[in-house]
Amino acid sequence: MSEAHIRVSGLRKSFGDVTAVDGISFDVMDGELFGFLGPNGAGKTTTINMLTGLARPDAGTITVGGIDCTNKMKSAQHLIGVVPDESNLYPELTGYDNLCFCGGLYGMRSSERKGRAVELLELFGLAGVAERKFSGYSRGMKRRLTIAAGIMHSPPILFLDEPTTGIDVQSARLTREILQELHRSGTTIFLTTHYIEEAERMCDRIAFMVNGLVVRVDSVSNLVKPVEGREVVQASVLGTEVPDLEILGDLFPDYGIGRAADGGIRIESTGKIDVGVVVRVLEDQGFDVAEVKRTALSLEDVFIRITGLEAGVMNK
Amino acid sequence: MVVLDNNDRKGKLFTAFMSILMKDMRAYYLKPPNISWGLLFPLVWTGMFFVKSGMGSENILSLLPGMVSISILFGTTSMLAVTVTFERKAKAFERLLLAPVPLGLLMFAKTSGAILFGIFNAFVPFLIGFILLTDFSAFVWEAIVPAVILIAAVSTFLAMFIAVSVSEVFEAQTFSNFFRFPMMFLCGLFFPVSELPDFLQPLSFLLPLTYGTDILHGAIAGNNMMPLSFDFLMMLLFILLLFVLALRNIHRKWVM
Repeated sequence: MSEAHIRVSGLRKSFGDVTAVDGISFDVMDGELFGFLGPNGAGKTTTINMLTGLARPDAGTITVGGIDCTNKMKSAQHLIGVVPDESNLYPELTGYDNLCFCGGLYGMRSSERKGRAVELLELFGLAGVAERKFSGYSRGMKRRLTIAAGIMHSPPILFLDEPTTGIDVQSARLTREILQELHRSGTTIFLTTHYIEEAERMCDRIAFMVNGLVVRVDSVSNLVKPVEGREVVQASVLGTEVPDLEILGDLFPDYGIGRAADGGIRIESTGKIDVGVVVRVLEDQGFDVAEVKRTALSLEDVFIRITGLEAGVMNK
Repeated sequence: MVVLDNNDRKGKLFTAFMSILMKDMRAYYLKPPNISWGLLFPLVWTGMFFVKSGMGSENILSLLPGMVSISILFGTTSMLAVTVTFERKAKAFERLLLAPVPLGLLMFAKTSGAILFGIFNAFVPFLIGFILLTDFSAFVWEAIVPAVILIAAVSTFLAMFIAVSVSEVFEAQTFSNFFRFPMMFLCGLFFPVSELPDFLQPLSFLLPLTYGTDILHGAIAGNNMMPLSFDFLMMLLFILLLFVLALRNIHRKWVM
């Protein structure tokens, strides 16, 4: 990773009174797998649309592969492959014909695109349904073929918008494996997702986007560094009564006490937490403890801290 | 970074153009229902007017210009406006917008299939005339052939303009009729523009089909009302205007 393959500066886009993207800036390095993380409506798809030429920015600059996209978007489109959030292939064409057509759009010669289509159908486990019409594919197959179409012309830069959303586990796993392989082979990948674990597992660097703003860009290791070694215990109790956080705070002054997403309590500490003591204190206060679980802090916790969003908002 | 030389670039653009055209031909225009529709529509119209006119082969000469024009107009607008709206709705059109093909060339490729389909439709009435032993010896084919191509082009670009203006497939059909049916009446297809009420005649000259049909009237029966060179010029201007308007709307509405 040596130079910026994608450079975005002061990018802004509004639709009427709604500001979808509010002056964002970031770089994606050559060969990097860059995650763009945010809840639905954060502005991720609008950003990807501007980077790929499907939307015009109101302000700001985009450079892709050294080409200024403000006035030379069509030149930059030679370098990029795009996998949109919805499958956009032709329902009346077969899987094979769809891939050949996509290759043709990038000027691939007939023999070249036929060979590449066969290769990709094999790679994505679709060789057996190559001659089936796209409209007859399952959701997971459609997604896989859409990704294959995005890399048909072997682009050095690949944009993927929520590639694993709404598909079966097997297709999602295969998709991740192929993305990792593309990453290893040097393709620059720009991945938007609202699956934090997926981003944490796959990406070199991640940008957090909320309400049209990029609030933090950093490597996964740097992002999780502040929470490394920290421990979290979550306890839930039976009944409608909930433990008083103030009382617990007084009893455990060394711990950070808060409310968990499920209404229980969440205790965080830089050192080891004595779970037995926590349970005893809750029981002394008259609560029936239903469940206690000990976890390490993750990127999701970092995201929540940085963005101020509630836990679980990414899954909505 | 890969840098394409000019020949490479032209070769790739030509491949992209042909891919779009061939895909549309296979997916839409060469489908048996559409071919039969392309034959059936001109056959029915020609047959209907032929019977109404007394079934003399001499009447074919006065019917042909209108039949050819109407066959092209309905063939192109029905197909293109619907297919583009359908692709737009299914998001497949986005794939074209993401390709490294200039928008003008992309739309030209997209419309070429419809233009060819319109030309195919145009020759069905001629075929009927041939079967009815019509004397074609006085026909000025040097004018007929370019006129057919221009009418097909102007009708196709009108369809593209319609497709960009609507978002649903049913709207494409109804909006097409908003243009097609007045043109059948106002453009001198089956009776001269001069027989229209005075207040309607100016409208005729605002419609491209008036000029295309006038070329055909002149080339088939020698009864054009305007100089053919003027008709050709007007057709070219309408083609340019509709193409530019459609492209501008695509830029404004589809690349938001």
